[in-house]
Amino acid sequence: MKSGAAILIESLKDEGVEIIFGYPGGSVLPIYDELYHANLKHILVRHEQAAIHAADGYARASGKVGVCLATSGPGACNLISGLATSNMDSTPVVALTGQVPTGLLGNDAFQESDITGITMPITKHNYLVKNAKDIKITVRSAFYIAGTGRNGPVLVDLPKDVLTGRVADSEIDRSEPELRGYKPTLKGHPRQIKKALNAICEAKQPLIYAGGGVITAGASEELVKLAELFCLPVTTTLMGLGAIPTNHPLNLGMLGMHGTEYANYAVSGCDLLIAVGARFDDRVTGKLSHFASHAKIIHIDIDPAEIGKNVPVDIPIVGDAKSVLTDMIGMAEKTGCFCEPWLDQVKAWRKNHPLRQITDGKLHPQHIIRKLSEILDGGGIIVSEVGQNQMWAAQHYSFKNPRQWISSGGLGTMGFGFPAAIGAWFAKPEETIVVIAGDGSFQMNIQELATVAQYNIPVKIIILNNMYLGMVRQWQELFYEKRYSYTEMPSVNFVGIAKAYGIEGMQIDSVENVEEALRTAINYDGPYLLDFRIEREENVFPMVPAGAAISDMIGKHIPNEGEEQ
Amino acid sequence: MKPHIISVLVENKPGVLSRVSGLFSRRGYNIESLAVGTCETPDMSRITIVVIGDDMHIEQVKKQLNKLIDVIKIIDITEKEHVSRELALIKVHAEPGSPRSEVMQIADIFRAKIIDVGAQTLVLEITGDSEKIQAIETLLRPYGVLELVRTGRIALHRGAPSVK
Repeated sequence: MKSGAAILIESLKDEGVEIIFGYPGGSVLPIYDELYHANLKHILVRHEQAAIHAADGYARASGKVGVCLATSGPGACNLISGLATSNMDSTPVVALTGQVPTGLLGNDAFQESDITGITMPITKHNYLVKNAKDIKITVRSAFYIAGTGRNGPVLVDLPKDVLTGRVADSEIDRSEPELRGYKPTLKGHPRQIKKALNAICEAKQPLIYAGGGVITAGASEELVKLAELFCLPVTTTLMGLGAIPTNHPLNLGMLGMHGTEYANYAVSGCDLLIAVGARFDDRVTGKLSHFASHAKIIHIDIDPAEIGKNVPVDIPIVGDAKSVLTDMIGMAEKTGCFCEPWLDQVKAWRKNHPLRQITDGKLHPQHIIRKLSEILDGGGIIVSEVGQNQMWAAQHYSFKNPRQWISSGGLGTMGFGFPAAIGAWFAKPEETIVVIAGDGSFQMNIQELATVAQYNIPVKIIILNNMYLGMVRQWQELFYEKRYSYTEMPSVNFVGIAKAYGIEGMQIDSVENVEEALRTAINYDGPYLLDFRIEREENVFPMVPAGAAISDMIGKHIPNEGEEQ
Repeated sequence: MKPHIISVLVENKPGVLSRVSGLFSRRGYNIESLAVGTCETPDMSRITIVVIGDDMHIEQVKKQLNKLIDVIKIIDITEKEHVSRELALIKVHAEPGSPRSEVMQIADIFRAKIIDVGAQTLVLEITGDSEKIQAIETLLRPYGVLELVRTGRIALHRGAPSVK
């Protein structure tokens, strides 16, 4: 005889789970009792929201399914923004929640919440397990759904009596799940691939637009290879950063609202747009009718629902990015540069419209990110919060590899970065993990300093502190005549707070101390917090105002003589 | 913009209807009618949804429905030759005497059945396409339609089975 909780632990181990991020409570006591002697690592966070963000960070850094655990009612409800984050960015997460005993379901029992009902729109799928013998097959299904096709979060709700209920070993359903309604298409249609190759050979101004799907599929190598075979310039979304090295000659950096000028000009000027694992999000496209309006569109995506959702597509290819790109490379009959004049044009845009860097002796955030990139030689794992800090990091860090950049893209969840960095470290403990935060977002999950201290997690926390909710302030400055309504946040002694948790830290007020501070933090054996007091009203530029065409940017940069991008 | 009848074969599990209807509401798709019940296979249910929209819109509806794990198959019934029916029960105010016989005559013309006779009322059962039900309702209005309930449209392709 085995208890439901014991079956759960066994099932998790069978799925290859090494670590769970969680927070105990009444309904999950049977699980915690099993964890007490199970050979399965559990990290105690300080808020359930941090548990799911950490599981998500672990998933993004490793490519494996991240697991979190919370109790019923408030515990489960605290997972909501994390589930929505994971759902928007298509990351593989399995969330386990406790639930009141089945006999009390629907009875408004203590700490009851209808979590499967609540999370239906923000999960890929969810389950309420009604019998201990179904735990094994449900966990198997959950991991399969989360980590295949277009990845996403799956929640498994476990009533307490299901966890305590005992079933004979022979009664446990160990069959392979049969999911009649879930058959992801992985292989692209050869005829469509042929068509796409022909279009590439015929194009005069081709451009690849790569998204997070390339990272998830592990298709970066193939992407770069395809780009090189045909000399195709590449722009990536926020989620696609790292799919091609930042300093690759064909890379134009990020496109969209805070994309580079040259990437946005390239999109507006291209005659063929090859979208790979991207979803034409409004932050990318700006005004839809002006987005790549002269271009034929090839759209490669694993999710058929993304194709034709926002823009009409000329050559749709449903499939896994790695499989489709591999087939494209394999099926290419002729290769070569068919677009030399276009490449020259793109190069000229790149030279004449670099990203803004100001060298006036003041402490600017762009300089901090560039220094960090230089010191780490474009290595490490950079985990951002949300807002200006995120955009500066995305624009100025020089990435080399996929899964090096972890950021909440679709949902834009403040408070995501710090706990996600904790998860990332457990996935890649050999890497330098850096959190780029703002003073606003860092305070949304600041309690995780306790987790970092407890497990001595050597994350390096960089706060770009402007004592504002910077991105909102920027919008207020530009679109609300500088009425800074509730965006100012008085100074906080972050170093003092870190020290109270037993974590080292340093405040930096001048540009001369940037490099030394970064080196101190990176070389320090353990967590370290750096509180950079940056120029308070620095903006993220260039910027496409909401609803404008992406070629209509404000805050364009006129470079000084000799300035290099 | 024309009505599409979409037949959705789903797992017969708790919460499936809620997944389907939730998808429609959160993505802003308008349901004109929805009918659900068991079908020829005991572990599946068939949901028939009538939705109005242009081709791109309907395409999205179908694709989004397909993403639901519990949705097994989707067929746009309106794409091919099909039959569709709806059933309505109508309670009409019909005093004994000439109003009552007039209502009974209307029922007769529409091949509606009278399934309940009260002191002041009649309950009519009518089957047909939506237009037919609309037509009889319009004719009965002057007598006083006290209550009306419709099942929503259900439909099948003509000939060999398709939604399997």
